[in-house]
Amino acid sequence: MMSSFNAIVPMACVTAAGIATMVAEAFRDPGERMPIAGLGVVGLLGAAFATILLWNHNTSSFGVVAADNFGLFVTGTLIVVGLLSLAISGPTVEREKLPAGEYYTLMLFATAGMMLMATATDLLVIFLALEVMSLAVYVLTGIRRDSPASTEAAFKYFLLGAFASAFFLYGIAFTYGLTGSTRLDRIGSLMAAQAMSPAPTQFLALGLLIVGFGFKVSAVPFHMWTPDAYEGAPPAVTAFMSTGVKAAAFAAFVRVFLSAFEPLHPHWGVVVGILAAATMILGTVVGVVQSNVKRMLAYSSIAHGGYLLVALVSGNDFGKGAVLFYLLTYAITNIGVFGVIALLDIADRPNDQVSDYAGLGNDHPALAALMTIFLLSLGGFPPMAGFIAKWYVFSAAVKAGYTGLAIIGVLTSVISVFFYLRIVVMMYMTATDNPARFPAVPKVAGAALVVSAILIFYLGLLPTRVLEWAAASISTIF
Amino acid sequence: MHFPILTSLIALPVAGSILLLFVNGDEERSAPLVRNIALVVSLLVFAETLLLWSQFNAASGDFQFIERHAWIPAFGIEYFVGVDGISLLLLVLTGFLTPLALLSSWESVHEKTRAFSICVLLLESAMMGVFISLDLFLFYIFWDAMLVPMYFLIGVWGYERRLYAAIKFILYTMAGSVLMLLAILGLAYLHYSTTGAYSFDLLKLYELPVPLHTQFWFFLAFALAFAIKVPLFPFHTWLPDAHVEAPTAGSVILAGVMLKMGTYGLVRFAFPLFPAAAAYFAPALAVLAVIGIIYGALVAMVQPDMKKLVAYSSVSHLGFVVLGIAAMNTQGVSGAVYQMLSHGISTGGLFLLVGMLSDRRHTRLIAEYGGLKKVTPHLVAAFLLITLASIGLPGLNGFVGEFLILLGAFRWDPRLAAFAATGVILSATYMLWMFQRVNYGPVTNEKNAHLADLRPREWVVIVPIIAVAILMGVLPNLFLRPIEPSVERMLNHVHQGAATRIHADGRQPSTIGHEPSAMSHQP
Repeated sequence: MMSSFNAIVPMACVTAAGIATMVAEAFRDPGERMPIAGLGVVGLLGAAFATILLWNHNTSSFGVVAADNFGLFVTGTLIVVGLLSLAISGPTVEREKLPAGEYYTLMLFATAGMMLMATATDLLVIFLALEVMSLAVYVLTGIRRDSPASTEAAFKYFLLGAFASAFFLYGIAFTYGLTGSTRLDRIGSLMAAQAMSPAPTQFLALGLLIVGFGFKVSAVPFHMWTPDAYEGAPPAVTAFMSTGVKAAAFAAFVRVFLSAFEPLHPHWGVVVGILAAATMILGTVVGVVQSNVKRMLAYSSIAHGGYLLVALVSGNDFGKGAVLFYLLTYAITNIGVFGVIALLDIADRPNDQVSDYAGLGNDHPALAALMTIFLLSLGGFPPMAGFIAKWYVFSAAVKAGYTGLAIIGVLTSVISVFFYLRIVVMMYMTATDNPARFPAVPKVAGAALVVSAILIFYLGLLPTRVLEWAAASISTIF
Repeated sequence: MHFPILTSLIALPVAGSILLLFVNGDEERSAPLVRNIALVVSLLVFAETLLLWSQFNAASGDFQFIERHAWIPAFGIEYFVGVDGISLLLLVLTGFLTPLALLSSWESVHEKTRAFSICVLLLESAMMGVFISLDLFLFYIFWDAMLVPMYFLIGVWGYERRLYAAIKFILYTMAGSVLMLLAILGLAYLHYSTTGAYSFDLLKLYELPVPLHTQFWFFLAFALAFAIKVPLFPFHTWLPDAHVEAPTAGSVILAGVMLKMGTYGLVRFAFPLFPAAAAYFAPALAVLAVIGIIYGALVAMVQPDMKKLVAYSSVSHLGFVVLGIAAMNTQGVSGAVYQMLSHGISTGGLFLLVGMLSDRRHTRLIAEYGGLKKVTPHLVAAFLLITLASIGLPGLNGFVGEFLILLGAFRWDPRLAAFAATGVILSATYMLWMFQRVNYGPVTNEKNAHLADLRPREWVVIVPIIAVAILMGVLPNLFLRPIEPSVERMLNHVHQGAATRIHADGRQPSTIGHEPSAMSHQP
């Protein structure tokens, strides 16, 4: 493994872009329009370029950041998340009169934190990355300072997140006490040596880390903050955090549990399996009764976390590949869904009740068609990407012998179809009384949604290339 | 390389619907163009299916017109399509009914015509895909993708309770099919653990020795998906709702083609993949089928709504099909395949006629009609012919299939045949009684006194149906000839599979189950 500075180039690009946006904001005259988001795009494209160059080189920096293919795949996913989020943020920032510089800076810093989280190979660096990401996202959640719901959501998210961070730190402390190291490779070899007769403190460390990660990936029963935060945040921010945070947290979750704690897989597998089942069931069942689209999609996002946990607990080559592929497709799809919600969110009316979607199919046929594609993909219908992703997860579960989890998974995905279709029903099959209440669609955001839809069909119909990348990613580290 | 005719059956409707996306303009002006494009595309597809039939080698029971390309190589997933005698005529049926369904909606669908035509064409594409897929993954994709356009057809263009019916339709069907997905995955994994490579290739999986215990579970998962689709009693409750609320085109396609996918799935997948389990469960399937035959007929008899009556008659008629398949002899299975086609024609025709009546009167209640014979003699004549075809009068299509099925069932178990035969009598009762109440007697309702008779467009819809019904009754061999070799081949496979399994089972009863040793002694 080469040691150099190179491995952190992608996140350095993003961080530099973040600093640049901050500076640009400082020099902006009040009222002057400045394409600040463009700086972010440049930074993300630079990161994308660096990621492509680093692919297959297995670089590592300072012994704690590894730009292996696994990390780079997630970095790529995060770049896609970042670009799409920037593209759909424009209308929100303008309409809500949000401070553009702060907004984009925070989004870019959060992205840098996520990238670090995906590539870190040391528990302390993972913790650092987690905090960089989380603090920026807390602020973004509450960025509508005049909105009580937004503030409440940010505060809840912050308190519960801080709580989870404490658990996570305790977990790191116990692990350090057991092994004398925070480096994942050393922890892994020591765990393997003791795997025959694990000490009780090992379970304690495991449990605390599971709680910490469980909060970040909103696994049941640590999901309480999710619906409030997703509902309170501006929809563009929700799009960003429901995908980016999940991708980064799952990347670290997989790295820690399937490398450092892999020797204890039989032990934590049971716990994570139960969490996965509970997450899938609760996410879908509670999702059915929601009348607010954002809350409904928050529960849907919880349920998708459950499928990802199934892939994680399966742990075989399919499972690891499935996590990567699922994160990518989920990210693209969920940003699409929240992008549509963000476009419909107008100043005096959030349009976020299921019943607000009545007649969208008549007023905005294109937007409704895009929304339908995204929802059907979330529901796992072929030929959309969501089907391939779910299929990948369930084949991992069947292969690993977790047939029960696979059965719960497919049945909950049938139930989830019910609530995704509720929105479709509203859009196409319900008459409308008030046609002129939806705003026009800005070009950039519309184009981003179209790109997402094309990617969804591409990943659904011709997934081979990306599946191969995912397979190549997992072979480098595990 | 020959022309990829099977791929074009899938691609052409998709291309047509993409073309439709570019037809802009307001509803009034664009609708005629949209309708004509959709009709031309569907007619082209029908012509292709006829071409396929003419070039099909009826003497062979093997798959023909095979196309095979790697798709997702890492998992052994291929784009693998082909057609044999069992699927050939179902393709022709799909090609035949789609233009008729479009024509039947020429005037009754006057909102969102473009979206409607796109849905019908996409549905046709997916249905074709289901019938030609020889890769289980590909099959599942089409199987699931088919639900979406149908959901929209029912939900957007249906009658009053359409939302409920659409959601019920999609949830029922999906609930059944996701377990099949798991069974497919399990099968592919079994192939991996036996041979070292993943495969969803149906022909390879046919040869895969599946442990007995596993066969049972996999068979149940497949059979559940197909039983819901057929629908077999007691999984039929979605059907009356979906049929009644769907627009005429939706009902025609649903009854004419989509229900056949359940029985087709049993013949193509569930029975040959898991022969021992199929032999074990066949009596249970047959009993459910017979219950369905009688139950469907009895419930049909008391329906006040014509569409609901036809829907329940489908439950009864498809019971015959399942009975024929469960009998697992040449007569039974050939009769079942024949009956699938025949039911598509006669029930499709009935739904078209009911649609014509309801376009005129905006009601489907039998009590609202009466004495139509004097008002609309041509329509009633067509109605009579199709009613008789549906009952199974000799000389029309319904007779051949039912006769073969009963023959097959009698050879297997005379008791089942005896009970099933009452279904034939019951079907005469409910169909003729409905026919009598609608068409004979005095005109009791003033609104019926001036109904228009068949319009030119309706002639175009109904004449082909009647022609095919007569052709199938008079020249059954034309249709049975390509069916039989493939049926023989499939039955040989099933019987062999069941026999070796039971034999192996007798030798080493202790090794049944998941453990690898159960597979080690298999060839």
